[in-house]
Amino acid sequence: MLARPRSRGVSEATVKMCSLLRGEEMCLAQLFLQSGSAYDCISELGELGLVEFRDLNPNVNSFQRKHVNEIKKCEEMERILGYLLREIKKADISLPDRDVNPVTPLPKHVITIMEQLQRLEVELGEVTRNKEKLQKNLLELTEYTHMLRITRSFVQRSAEREHLEAQYEEFPFLEKDAMMDYSSMQRLGAKLGFISGLIQRVKIEAFERMLWRVCKGYTILSYAEVEEYLEDPDTGEPMQSVVFLISYWGDQIGQKVKKICDCYHCHLYPYPSSNEERNDVVEGLRTRIQDLHTVLHRTEDYLKQVLIKASESVYTWVIQVKKMKAIYYILNQCSFDVTNKCLIAEVWCPVNDIPTLRRALEEGSRKSGATVPSFVNRLPTTDTPPTLIRTNKFTSGFQNIVDAYGVGTYREVNPAPFTIITFPFLFAVMFGDLGHGAIMFLSAAWMVLYENNRKLKNTRNEIWNTFFEGRYIILMMGLFSIYTGLIYNDCFSKSLNIFGSGWSVRAMFENNVWDSVISGNGVLTLDPNITGVFKGPYPLGIDPIWNLASNRLTFLNSYKMKMSVILGIIHMSFGVVLSTFNHLHFRKKYNLYLVFLPELLFMLCLFGYLVFMILYKWLFFTVKDSRHAPSILIQFINMFLMQSDTMQPLYPGQAGLQVFLLVIALLSVPVLLLGKPVYLYWLQNGSHRLGMYRGYERVRRNSEEELYLMRAHDMEEGSSLSDFSTSGEHNTEEFNFADEFLHQAIHTIEYCLGCVSNTASYLRLWALSLAHAQLSEVLWAMVMRIGLRMDTSLGVLFLVPVFGLFAVLTVSILLVMEGLSAFLHALRLHWVEFQNKFYSGTGVKFCPFSFSLLPSSFEHDGLL
Amino acid sequence: MRGLICGPKLAACGIVLSMWGVIMLGMLGIFFTTHSAVLIEDVPLKDEDLTPDPNPPQRIYELYNKVGYNCFIAAAIYILFGAFSCCQMKLNKQKEYLVH
Repeated sequence: MLARPRSRGVSEATVKMCSLLRGEEMCLAQLFLQSGSAYDCISELGELGLVEFRDLNPNVNSFQRKHVNEIKKCEEMERILGYLLREIKKADISLPDRDVNPVTPLPKHVITIMEQLQRLEVELGEVTRNKEKLQKNLLELTEYTHMLRITRSFVQRSAEREHLEAQYEEFPFLEKDAMMDYSSMQRLGAKLGFISGLIQRVKIEAFERMLWRVCKGYTILSYAEVEEYLEDPDTGEPMQSVVFLISYWGDQIGQKVKKICDCYHCHLYPYPSSNEERNDVVEGLRTRIQDLHTVLHRTEDYLKQVLIKASESVYTWVIQVKKMKAIYYILNQCSFDVTNKCLIAEVWCPVNDIPTLRRALEEGSRKSGATVPSFVNRLPTTDTPPTLIRTNKFTSGFQNIVDAYGVGTYREVNPAPFTIITFPFLFAVMFGDLGHGAIMFLSAAWMVLYENNRKLKNTRNEIWNTFFEGRYIILMMGLFSIYTGLIYNDCFSKSLNIFGSGWSVRAMFENNVWDSVISGNGVLTLDPNITGVFKGPYPLGIDPIWNLASNRLTFLNSYKMKMSVILGIIHMSFGVVLSTFNHLHFRKKYNLYLVFLPELLFMLCLFGYLVFMILYKWLFFTVKDSRHAPSILIQFINMFLMQSDTMQPLYPGQAGLQVFLLVIALLSVPVLLLGKPVYLYWLQNGSHRLGMYRGYERVRRNSEEELYLMRAHDMEEGSSLSDFSTSGEHNTEEFNFADEFLHQAIHTIEYCLGCVSNTASYLRLWALSLAHAQLSEVLWAMVMRIGLRMDTSLGVLFLVPVFGLFAVLTVSILLVMEGLSAFLHALRLHWVEFQNKFYSGTGVKFCPFSFSLLPSSFEHDGLL
Repeated sequence: MRGLICGPKLAACGIVLSMWGVIMLGMLGIFFTTHSAVLIEDVPLKDEDLTPDPNPPQRIYELYNKVGYNCFIAAAIYILFGAFSCCQMKLNKQKEYLVH
């Protein structure tokens, strides 16, 4: 009891600020939960989402776990809920507001929910079955009505015909009979029978042929189509039917006809023998149909009522069942202690959250009314904990794109905070258009302003969800693109003249140089060597006059290539510098001198020098020297070949400096290759005693006592024991040396060759920005210019659809396609060229047990 | 519902397109009427316009102004289109509240 207040004070004193730079410190903790309050404690933890549970029974089959019955009950409830949701969706009832968060039901309340659900299921099943029966009945009666109506027209038709032709005196009784009905043909001695019914339209010809073949003329078939589409009582699909009437002579024929009708799935209805009977039947049918309609209406209303009432609480039930199932799943992962009265759970918990964890357990114990509280115990462990980095809605997007490559190793430097700025910047260098950047920024701003709109948040469309999750990334990308658009002076492929161009044509005329230049060369126009032509650089960005120049690309390519190389080397050097954070944190100071320093020197002496040469040439070479300015590429190559006498130097003393830098770079390679393995080997073998104890320390869960005893024992024993153990150590150390050396050799080769290839890889910044600018220009020239150049009087109306087409093509080609392309390349530059200088990314992500993070199968099926 | 032609998404696209059209064509019109040199390629120049003339820039300026006025008229048509899309959007919102 005395220990608890002190430990709480200590833990609060050592609480560190959680930051984005490094993952949080995690610890393995054991929770001792009393059996009575285990459920409530885990419910509290699920609401908070603090810890990640470890499975203590990994070898147990899911059917052999302790709480398998409760999970089965939960799944049964989920089945009923799924059925309910499907019925609600079919009836087009909308679910109410989904912002409620009901608490987990206690095990004793589960029975009520189960009963309610089962009752609802039974009721719904009954009502649905009744409704289906009634509908089937209704369809049959409708068909019967149609049949009676249409066969009446058979009788009347033939009756009319007979009436017109009734001039034959030989058969006076036939004439009379024809007015009445056919059954009086019985006087002829032949027993006439009638079969009437409906058949599908597509089958009627085959039916007729079959009848003719089988009955050979002893039947008469008359049929007529039903005008409206009737629903098939069995399948519910609309189909076109034909009403037929078969009159036959003889019993056997009758049976054959009936069998044929069965084959063709005809719906047979009794044929009325007289007109009065027919009328009676029709009347009866009409009343019955009306009654059926009423009953059906009432049934549908009742069904809807039941569903509406269910829909009010179905969402609450879904969440409650989900929480319950999750808690039982976690309970299955715990194990019992020796007394069988206490559940033990092992969790990964952030060290800063241990007080919150204690409070949650106290709260859970209080809620369940337990007398003995549950408590937490920290466990020392050598397992690597999962990585937790806390993010907010802005940083989570950038953290996700870093994690997509690899989750950071435990307590490693996180590249995400730097990615927040460098990623949009590198994207913008490749995208660089003011107008497109503005559109991207505005669309992202719309998404950000409406981010709390429920309809936007909860759509199922995957592509939309991807864009919505990255709305802050797109916002930054748009903002930075506006900036680079200003620098490149490119707005929908046109330049903006904000400050006034630095080039003047007037000076060419005034110095009387114009005519000689024009007659000498068809392309050259403005010579900056003449005074007054070039008045000075444009204050911000590229001069707008370059938009009108035909050698625009020559100028821009040189500028963009050099800029890409400079940006690349700065980015990579920054990556190398970030590795110092890792070396210092993991207390491997030797890495600073043996790995970081050679790497940095190699990079800066060679490629940093290249950047220096570029900047020097930009700053110190003017227009007058442009004719004989040395090429930087040739100078750089000559530096490696150590040929400095053929060319004019860039600056005095260049030869000596280059040799010096080259020697430093070449010397740093063997230091990088051999330094670390040799140092570690010396460490292992330089002190025998330390080597021996290191072997004992590798045993897990040793106690301090044991180690002390070992040391004391060894001091008594003397050197014999130490020899024995060092020989064993020696074997393992040899193996480690080879392993370490191989690892370091691979790293050295990868780094040195990578420096060259990665620097060249950054030239994609130039390539994509050129592609974007050219595409933009082509789109303007081929679409917008056509509309603007129309000088007919109808030209103005032509401009309206042309602009619409321009807008659609801009969004689809330049924004979406080029945007995705630049996104991908900027991402690649980060993942490969930047992160392979310092990031290992072999960690596991921390997934806390939290109810809000659990997926719901109903949402997956689109039911919720 | 009388007068409802487009769905909600089409009306939203119409509003966005007409806003963009109004702003961009308006600015283009301004840049053409101020005779910006960057837009020289977009003016319908014919060869005889470039032959020496007592008032060399005037003919070119007139062409610039013509294209500028074209742009302004197109912007006005897009304002009408935007108003139509807004109407459709309002009708769609009403329909959403009624049928429920």
